Amino acid sequence: MIRKCALFATVFGLSTAALSQDQGDPPEIVGGSIRSAQTIAVPAMPATQGASEALGRQIAEVISSDLRSTGAFTPLGPNGIGGYTVPQAGSPNYGEWRGAGAGALVAGYVEARPDGRITVACLLHDVTAGRQLASQGFTVAAADWRRAAHKCADTVYARLTGEGAYLDTRIVYVAETGPKTNRVKRIALMDSDGSNLRYLTAGRSNVTTPRFSPNGNQLVYTGVLARKPRVFVIDVATGAERLLVPGGAITFAPRFSPDGRQIVFSWAQGGNTDIFIVGANGGVPTRLTSAPGADTSPSFSPDGRRIVFESERSGTQQLYVMGADGSGQRRISFGGGRSASPVWSPKGNLIAFTRIGGGFRIGVMDPSGGNERILTNAWQDEGPSWAPNGQFILFHRTQQGSGNGTLYAVPVTGGAPRRMPTPQGGSDPSWSPLKN
Amino acid sequence: MRKSLTLGIAALALTITACGRKEPPAIDVPPTEQPGGDTSGVAPGDVELTELPAMQADLVARAGSDTVYFGTDEYALDDQSKATLAAQAAWMLANPNVRASIEGHADERGTREYNMALGERRANAARDYLLSQGVPAARLLVTSWGKERPVATGSDESAWAQNRRAVTVVVR
Repeated sequence: MIRKCALFATVFGLSTAALSQDQGDPPEIVGGSIRSAQTIAVPAMPATQGASEALGRQIAEVISSDLRSTGAFTPLGPNGIGGYTVPQAGSPNYGEWRGAGAGALVAGYVEARPDGRITVACLLHDVTAGRQLASQGFTVAAADWRRAAHKCADTVYARLTGEGAYLDTRIVYVAETGPKTNRVKRIALMDSDGSNLRYLTAGRSNVTTPRFSPNGNQLVYTGVLARKPRVFVIDVATGAERLLVPGGAITFAPRFSPDGRQIVFSWAQGGNTDIFIVGANGGVPTRLTSAPGADTSPSFSPDGRRIVFESERSGTQQLYVMGADGSGQRRISFGGGRSASPVWSPKGNLIAFTRIGGGFRIGVMDPSGGNERILTNAWQDEGPSWAPNGQFILFHRTQQGSGNGTLYAVPVTGGAPRRMPTPQGGSDPSWSPLKN
Repeated sequence: MRKSLTLGIAALALTITACGRKEPPAIDVPPTEQPGGDTSGVAPGDVELTELPAMQADLVARAGSDTVYFGTDEYALDDQSKATLAAQAAWMLANPNVRASIEGHADERGTREYNMALGERRANAARDYLLSQGVPAARLLVTSWGKERPVATGSDESAWAQNRRAVTVVVR
């Protein structure tokens, strides 16, 4: 019998050995931890009621690719392995799959419905123990078949790792083309596996740091108006957008509050930059910080009660935490070097940040500032963003010289960052909430 | 609507619009205002600015430069910068019908949002000096481009030094 905790003891046990530093020691880079990935067969799904065989194979391909991308699985198939019939989805030949070297199996079928939608059945089997672990069905518009595949992969991932789902998500980022001295930047939206890419802005003005609203229906980002950085809110479905703070204010670094009702941001005036908060539909902003120097990159805790931000009030960029009303501002980063662009994990247990010192690297620390771990090592890695399950961190890596950006995702447990597929350069990636 | 499947699997119905199917209109920021156009309803400071290339060239010719430079992570003006700004101020006073957008920039060795703040601090320092030379405040706008608009492409000291700057852009 597979007990999910024992299955992944190797995966998580070895990587946690590299955690925690003595204060004052240079933080250790956690990478390349040995892990045993779960072999899982993902054969092409049979099709029924008029659904196409090709679709059953495509669904399996998306599931297989998703599971491989988590780093926790070694998928077998759909190429190179056999298929099965619809009744066998629920009652597979476990001996055969054991013989194929699989410890687990994702089976199911795709069915065309009379109303034009499709239903994807998703069944997870423990091949070693010979029993079914989970079953779910997903009914979607035919054009949204990929979402059904992602949700099936999420069901498998969540059931076998015990972590939250995160594959049925989108990623927003800034797509970059053109030379370094004349970069064209557009806000781009894609599924978490790089599919369904589309652009929300036309590239006529500079755009940076887009972030999703908690319900995934809007983005807030920094654009340009009258030659100044300005915060805009844009509707994802329609592309309609509005200026958040009118009147020529230099505003940037915007993020939504967890309840979606407010937007916290930076406002630069008179040579000083402070953090303000305003209703998401506009209004008179409320000042949260007033220290000399740059206060920026605010990020709410998932319970909405606190905000972590970056301030150079001590002389160098460091991380601070305050109440959502600006009270009790106190420094949390003391690990050496400078710390910037903090982002609070959706699980509440960690803060990701950019460590500056001879380059930029992505790190995590406790909300109290302890237990720093540096997760990456390159010339310039910056702009972390969390997957909704708190297990992966998106960031962009800038190439020295060309300045070209590439998106990566690194597991919070450590290990090699994985390149995110984009057709052109990219920066400032941000993960959507889990859509349901 | 939900139907139970024949194998008794609980169906999770997703009512999802066909997002991604149709390219939405890529709406950019409000269109560029034409000079003399109707700006009612648009707040001051949100009206697009018009660059004036011929006037810019004249500023450079007469003041020597439209740009001042800064040390790493610094926003202090050195003597050369002050001399350049003093000359720019004289030009501004001699050309009373234009405004200037003072635009601060940073090199690539800072994080994105910090560099936005640093650019504004540099622009503000240049603006303050122009004010001290008698240019009316109403004619001076301040902005930051952070590290978004480098003029030099290298990842070396020479390029970085060229990118740490505040540019006086002549606008209507």
